[in-house]
Amino acid sequence: MDQNELRLLESRCIQEEPPECTAACPIHVDVRTFAANVSQEKWEEAWKVLRKAMPFPGILGRICDAPCKERCKRKEAGQAIEIGMLERACVKTQAPKQRIYPLPKKDKTIAIVGSRLSGLTAAWDLARKGYKVTVFDSDSQLGDNLLSMPEEILPHDVVRKELDILFSLGVAAELSSPIGDENFLENLAGRFDAIYLGPDDRDLPFRLTELKGIFSRGFSQYDPKSPVWQAAEGRWAATSMDRFLQKVSQTSGREKEGPFSTRLYTNIDDIPYVPAVKSLNQTSGYTPQEAIKEAGRCLHCECLECVKACSYLEKFGSYPRKYAREIYNNANIVAGRRPANKLINSCSLCGLCEAVCPENFAMQTLCLKARRDMVKKGKMPASAHEFALLDMQFSNSDQFAMALHEPRHESSAYIFFPGCQLCASSPAKVKSVYAHLRETLTGGVGLMLGCCSAPAFWAGEEELFERQFSMWQRKWEDLGRPRIILACSTCYNIFKTYLQEAPIISLWSILDETGLPHDFTGLKDAVPLALHDPCTTRYESHLQTNVRNLLQKMGQPFSELTAKSEYAECCGFGGLMQNANPDLAKTVINRLAGRSSADYVTYCSVCRDNLAGAGKRTVHILDLIFLEDGETDPAARKRPGWSQRQENRLRLKNDLLNELWATESGERIDHAGPVLNISSEAWQVLENRRILVTDLEEVIHQAETSGRKLYNPDSGHFKASLKLYNTTFWVEYIPSDDGFTIYNAYSHRMSVSGKEVQ
Amino acid sequence: MKNSYANPEDLRWKCHKCDMFLSVGPATLTYMGNTINAQLPVCPQCGFVLVSEELALGKIAEVEQLLEDK
Repeated sequence: MDQNELRLLESRCIQEEPPECTAACPIHVDVRTFAANVSQEKWEEAWKVLRKAMPFPGILGRICDAPCKERCKRKEAGQAIEIGMLERACVKTQAPKQRIYPLPKKDKTIAIVGSRLSGLTAAWDLARKGYKVTVFDSDSQLGDNLLSMPEEILPHDVVRKELDILFSLGVAAELSSPIGDENFLENLAGRFDAIYLGPDDRDLPFRLTELKGIFSRGFSQYDPKSPVWQAAEGRWAATSMDRFLQKVSQTSGREKEGPFSTRLYTNIDDIPYVPAVKSLNQTSGYTPQEAIKEAGRCLHCECLECVKACSYLEKFGSYPRKYAREIYNNANIVAGRRPANKLINSCSLCGLCEAVCPENFAMQTLCLKARRDMVKKGKMPASAHEFALLDMQFSNSDQFAMALHEPRHESSAYIFFPGCQLCASSPAKVKSVYAHLRETLTGGVGLMLGCCSAPAFWAGEEELFERQFSMWQRKWEDLGRPRIILACSTCYNIFKTYLQEAPIISLWSILDETGLPHDFTGLKDAVPLALHDPCTTRYESHLQTNVRNLLQKMGQPFSELTAKSEYAECCGFGGLMQNANPDLAKTVINRLAGRSSADYVTYCSVCRDNLAGAGKRTVHILDLIFLEDGETDPAARKRPGWSQRQENRLRLKNDLLNELWATESGERIDHAGPVLNISSEAWQVLENRRILVTDLEEVIHQAETSGRKLYNPDSGHFKASLKLYNTTFWVEYIPSDDGFTIYNAYSHRMSVSGKEVQ
Repeated sequence: MKNSYANPEDLRWKCHKCDMFLSVGPATLTYMGNTINAQLPVCPQCGFVLVSEELALGKIAEVEQLLEDK
């Protein structure tokens, strides 16, 4: 990603766009921050916010006509925030001390004709820029029109104090000037480098001349009756005159002067209606307490649609615009720590952010690109995805992978690819489904066992993915290019994208089209379930429809989750989040599990198992269609552990080969090795640390045959270690009658060695 | 890493082969081309190093993460 791509990407995240009020304000007061300060009684802070944008906040704060109210989002859930009244309440409190630091003096001179708000604002801005400013007025005092306002609206001493600041900046006044005279303007043009004719000083009698350096009205929407518009006019003129005198462009970078449209999106769907606070005394306006209450109605407009929808985006404490920058910087670190690695590897790549974003910002695209880049540069932390990639390699080894025509068939019209995790979770269901497909479909239904290689795709391992996935392409071609039936929506996406020439169909479409199995006898005592759509069906609405049809045909009542269809949530497996950030994956699955108090039904075996692992009663739709003998409560089925998941695959292949093809896999199925007694606590430790029973077996086997182990005379325990692939496993155990009792296991990746005494 | 990582309970383990209690001795840890020398519980005879659970899941995991993110 280069700088330009980064900027383009950043601009698609609208969180930092200004809210409607600020965009609508002719001088862009930061109303959102102002209201937040008022609501928290931080009057001095509120004052400072006004000062930052407003000339003469004591004056303008009292008479601002708040055109921003027209665009206030609160209007859609109550009335607009009474911003003008809040300003008034604020500037009636004690003003915090202020020191003004004007820029160094410049030798250019400026004449301001008229001392209404526009002229005074121009004088204020230009004096602060270091110009020598003289204000001309036909009246005998500056700000005569302000001083003629009712005392209870705008007290005279407030006006005088604010104008004193102007004089303290060195602004001179030439009062009772003959500004109506024929040659007044020509005379000024001879004395000053630039002249401003305030457009709100409409009683100026002379015509505008063609003289260079004379400035007047700037905005076409200008409302001469509006004080804040007058200030905006003065500000526009000050900027124009400064640019004129500095001899720089009059136009560049000025698109956002005056009101502009903002792209900020704020969802107000769940915002309760609250009407504006009424002021008990209309003349004096809000009391401080009334103002605090009214400011509390401000919605503090922001987008954060994706952050609200995604625990991952929330966890890292910011939003995609910032994340894009962090990820960009991460890639450009030459030496030192890469702090965004965890951010990059924790995304589930599910695409929910893109679905909810008004501008379709896709965090998953950014993270996947970054992962691929890290892999190419050899900078991907080895521990991030290794466990999942080893599991994928297991699935695609001879221990599990195979592709055969249906028994007694020479060709296949279909090939069933159940995917790795359904086989890992529910091997019996795979057998039932395969039997049903053979019975229902004609032309031969072959079987392909293995992993679609999505883990390599998610890990950013492009070469590994291509190598592994091309194996499926070859096998599919060898089988005569049959139609591929997919039970997993991740596989569905991978095959759809990377084997476009293959006709694919989801198992749910097949079942919806061909009907329920003829021996389906209906559901007993069906309780309503809440339906969870797997995130990988986000843009496969036909699969979602198929599943809903099937539930209806079965007579299974179900409710919809709020996060459904296009807004389906990931269970934490996607993108290998579970590997790279197990704690986050727990947060994610708990959030999903809490969406409804009903038991869930879903059609992804990993979602099913992760929900079950989080203690959420969940059935897979296949549990409803193909009830196994003796299975009374499939929602209560525990999530099989990592070791069980591998053993289930190993056995499934062997069973199928035995039962259907009358052959054997040749793989070791029944371990000749010793029995391992593992307590449920020890199991939990193994699960959390992703240590497989096969790892334990290898460590113990090596220790027992070589004698290289430790012995603790106090406990009688043995301890041994062995480096397998890139990890060293330690096991604490004691021999028992039938094998070994396991007490503990842990691992590390560093290699450790000691010195042998010679 | 500070130099010495041995708890008294680590020294209650005996090397089965050499029949000797472990004692604190030099060990070398390597990861991703980085080498760190430390004092760990080792067999004084054959140099078999014990990495305790505390060390593996604590300091070693932390340093692994640091080196992986470099």
